[in-house]
Amino acid sequence: MSNFREFTKGLIKENPTLVGLLGMCPTLAITTTAVNGIAMGLATTFVLVCSNIVISLLKNVIPKSVKLPCYIVIIAGFVTLIEMLMKGYLPGLYKSLGTFLSLITVNCIILGRAEIFASKNKVIPSICDGLGMGLGFTLSLFAMSSVREIFGAGSWFGLKIPYFQTLTIFILPAGGFFVLGCIIALVNKLAKKKPPKNIGCSSCPNAEACADKGGCK
Amino acid sequence: MKGIFGIILAAMLTDNFVLSKFMGICPFLGVSKKINSSVGMGVAVTFVMTCAAIATYPVYNFILVPLNITYLKTIAFILIIALFVQLVEIVLKKMIPPLYKSLGVYLPLITTNCAVLGLTILNIDNKYTFLECIINALFSGLGFMMVLLIFSGVRSKVDEADVPETFKGVPSTLIAAAILSLSFLGFSGLGK
Repeated sequence: MSNFREFTKGLIKENPTLVGLLGMCPTLAITTTAVNGIAMGLATTFVLVCSNIVISLLKNVIPKSVKLPCYIVIIAGFVTLIEMLMKGYLPGLYKSLGTFLSLITVNCIILGRAEIFASKNKVIPSICDGLGMGLGFTLSLFAMSSVREIFGAGSWFGLKIPYFQTLTIFILPAGGFFVLGCIIALVNKLAKKKPPKNIGCSSCPNAEACADKGGCK
Repeated sequence: MKGIFGIILAAMLTDNFVLSKFMGICPFLGVSKKINSSVGMGVAVTFVMTCAAIATYPVYNFILVPLNITYLKTIAFILIIALFVQLVEIVLKKMIPPLYKSLGVYLPLITTNCAVLGLTILNIDNKYTFLECIINALFSGLGFMMVLLIFSGVRSKVDEADVPETFKGVPSTLIAAAILSLSFLGFSGLGK
């Protein structure tokens, strides 16, 4: 039962993008089409689950002083793997995701989960946590990219919507910021709570190092 | 010469890291509250970016390419950056304590700043020469700092404005960023 809760918390209640405000860069950059959004989300989920497994298995082996570099290397390894797989099997998607595929390495969601969850928990809960967080990320990318594709390109998953006046601005970078702002506001409205005032430090992987020096504020 | 000027123009204005490439959004939203901290973050990022560009170029061209293991570039680059950030931290702490005091907070944040890793990978993908790499890194960093500075000014106004309850905080900040990004769109015809 508790494993199930670890899984569901990432979907909505602790959604990494819309509530935790993590992993903003891919959320804004590649969400121009729904296919890209889902592909990016699933690639990140794969890396997140694998790195959570490895890190929770190695949590007693990795010395505390070098844990951050260790985590990064583990994550970068899986990113390289997914890069090669995508290049081989889905060359079109590989091209459209571009640099952001390599940049999964520095996605704060993955490092954050490694630091906060996987390094303190057993393997099975870590898998559930990774899956939940990854799918939550995919879900918000999907919402973002659907809005942007429908309004900006007048299509959905590449299917044209007839008689639809497109607004090119939604595809442009400015549209990304705008749609994300509106979606976060909508989530706040639905959840009936005060919007986050700041980017939270609680889920930031650097919080510990940062707090020693007075915080990032 | 024209090529270098084009790179400078693209790095600072038309292809600005934050507003059109969407890299380094976390520090852009997190640290752009006060002018002081945005300058500190900007200087630290510019410095680490330039050094990372200098360090990754030889590693890629003289180690990874001859050994035919270029697929390891993500791992190699992130390791170099992580190492470098630690090194800079130690050196600054010992040699220039005042600078360490003002930049120290931002250094650990830079390892996971995707702008730095993104820059080194883009340098390789665009097949820049050594000089072009350094120039691109330097001016991308300066462009990053410029946007952070502009935005910290914008934000001090936005935070005081009377916006609807649900839009307070992060949503209104993002919409202000959208308008800033829109104004940078005006530069897009420049380098062509």
